[in-house]
Amino acid sequence: MAGIDIEGLATVYPNGVRAVDGLDLHVADGEFFALLGPSGCGKTTLLRTIAGLEAASEGTVRIDSVDVTRVEPGKRGVAMVFQDYALFPHMNVSENITYPLKVRRVAAATRSEVASHTAGELSLQGLLERKPAQLSGGQQQRVALARAIASKGKVLLLDEPLSNLDARLRLEARTFLKKLQRDLGITTVFVTHDQAEALALADRIAVMDSGKLRQLGSPREVFARPTNTFVANFIGSTPMNLLPGKVAASSGVEGAPRPTDTTSSQNGSAASSAAVGLVSVAGGSLPAATFSTPVGAEVTVGIRPEYLTVASGDVTGPALRGIVVVAENLGTQSLVTVDCDGTLVGVTVPEETEPAPGTAVALTAPATRVLLYDHDSGELLARQPAPVA
Amino acid sequence: MASASAPARGRAPARDVAGLGVGRALGFVAPAFLLIGAFLIFPAVWTIYIGITNYRLTGVEAVSPSIVGLSNYTKALNDALFHNALWLTLVFVLGSAIIGQNILGFTLAWIMRRTRPAVRRTVEAFVLLAWILPSTVVAYLWVAFYDRDGGTLNGLLGTQGTAWLIDYPMACLVVFNTWRGTAFSMMLYSSALQAVPPSQLESARMVGASGWQTLRDVVFPHIRGHVLTNTLLISLWTANDFSPFLLTKGGPNHESETVPVYIYNVALQGGELGYSSAISFLLLIANLLVSLVYLRLLRRRS
Repeated sequence: MAGIDIEGLATVYPNGVRAVDGLDLHVADGEFFALLGPSGCGKTTLLRTIAGLEAASEGTVRIDSVDVTRVEPGKRGVAMVFQDYALFPHMNVSENITYPLKVRRVAAATRSEVASHTAGELSLQGLLERKPAQLSGGQQQRVALARAIASKGKVLLLDEPLSNLDARLRLEARTFLKKLQRDLGITTVFVTHDQAEALALADRIAVMDSGKLRQLGSPREVFARPTNTFVANFIGSTPMNLLPGKVAASSGVEGAPRPTDTTSSQNGSAASSAAVGLVSVAGGSLPAATFSTPVGAEVTVGIRPEYLTVASGDVTGPALRGIVVVAENLGTQSLVTVDCDGTLVGVTVPEETEPAPGTAVALTAPATRVLLYDHDSGELLARQPAPVA
Repeated sequence: MASASAPARGRAPARDVAGLGVGRALGFVAPAFLLIGAFLIFPAVWTIYIGITNYRLTGVEAVSPSIVGLSNYTKALNDALFHNALWLTLVFVLGSAIIGQNILGFTLAWIMRRTRPAVRRTVEAFVLLAWILPSTVVAYLWVAFYDRDGGTLNGLLGTQGTAWLIDYPMACLVVFNTWRGTAFSMMLYSSALQAVPPSQLESARMVGASGWQTLRDVVFPHIRGHVLTNTLLISLWTANDFSPFLLTKGGPNHESETVPVYIYNVALQGGELGYSSAISFLLLIANLLVSLVYLRLLRRRS
């Protein structure tokens, strides 16, 4: 078991594309770590560079404190599961699982022992004689995992581990994968473009864009407190409202509500007692910690639909007022779109409490949930210094 | 055919995929059948017929050949020169096709997979050139290459005066035909290798498999069918290849006289058309047998 240290890593393709562009990252021993980003953001290239399948152009990769930047993939002590599982179709399950041992010329008796033991761990008993083509998608994935585990690597790399499974199986496999990783305690890095998958599985998430790290943090951090509008947009199954606004009243630098940088407070009560600033947005206003941003400054106001509350009666204090346009059923909750002075704002409400379209509503939010981003750079306005790792 | 060709209204529509009906379908393939019949089947049957006569190029038997039954075939079975030709054909096929073209073609395809596109295209162009040039041109080039006086090979090795085509005729032909035919194997293996999923090659790389282990465990199982098909095709082409004649005329002293060359020499130098037809038929039978063996292997693998 071992951690991964990445320093100043860049992977440049022959056509000049910097797929990974000067990245620093530390994955702790035993951590379940997600690389998340839209397609083409460089997350898969980063994974393949850790694996050694792509050559690093700059920087170093250390696994277990050993510099492996120029080491062949097979000698890094790294096991990888590919998106299509890459099972050998002409070998049965047992041969597939023990192929890493066959390469190392381990005796056949030992190999079959390892095969049945690993198959047991991944509930593949009784399938050892089958060919991959005779297995379901979920079983194929487990065989690929078994092969990776049988190779006894220090680090496990997973490329889009769940994307080849159908929706129902995906949830099942997700739970299985998380439990397996916990049981084995093996340092695991996986790539995904699905934010829900990353939030559900990972201990920590690195959100990437254009080969660069945009935010690094626990699922709770990246969800509740995205440090820039890119991450804010990307994380969350219902997209965050990002609205143009203006600072109307400053909360002042001191005495402002201070959501701590590493763990966001669970409710706004602690903060609301302190002096709160105000942003005018979408024809209304919302409370917010404005820090040192001057009154009148243009900002982008970010607020998750989940953190907005619909108030039907009269509301005193800062709120957004508008007319319900449409309500979309999401199961246990609904996404209601409200037209606030020409700006569409999304808000989720519990099931069966959806206001009918055309109803006038007021939306409120605690100051801690209202995030202000620099209008130009899209970076989170926060107390100095920025809490990005 | 006419009655079936146009299904009348109200009749059940044709059941075949294209919805043509038997009559029209036959109409479409008739021209092809006609051409194949005239230029392939008729000559083949004609050859079998001549094979049981004493038909000659000149003389009395050229005018009125008579049926001699299987005596041409019994003659072939006891003909030392025919045995010699069979043996040389075997050497030629084994050396230049099954070993030479196959291995060189695969090696080129395997190496070219990783090279820059510009290099790959250049190499492919040169290799293909050997394949598309007319036999006569190629033969002339190789005669010049092997020539005793001022030949390129002697110039390169500094072995002036070595008559390669006379001293080592079969070796020369094997090298020549490997050069000539490798393009096909290379192209076929190039596309076959693209059918190997990259992730499987990378999986092998991740577990530290050597180049040979990767070939044995990942690549060959994927391209086994291609190997068999390729080997079948190039074996048959090489067995029937007539270009050795252009280099050595079968000589010196029958040392490079493969079966097709022997057939030509028997028919046009010796004038024994009947006998040469019988040998042609034997070659056809041999090719069929080889094909059957390959097809059986292919079926067993899949």
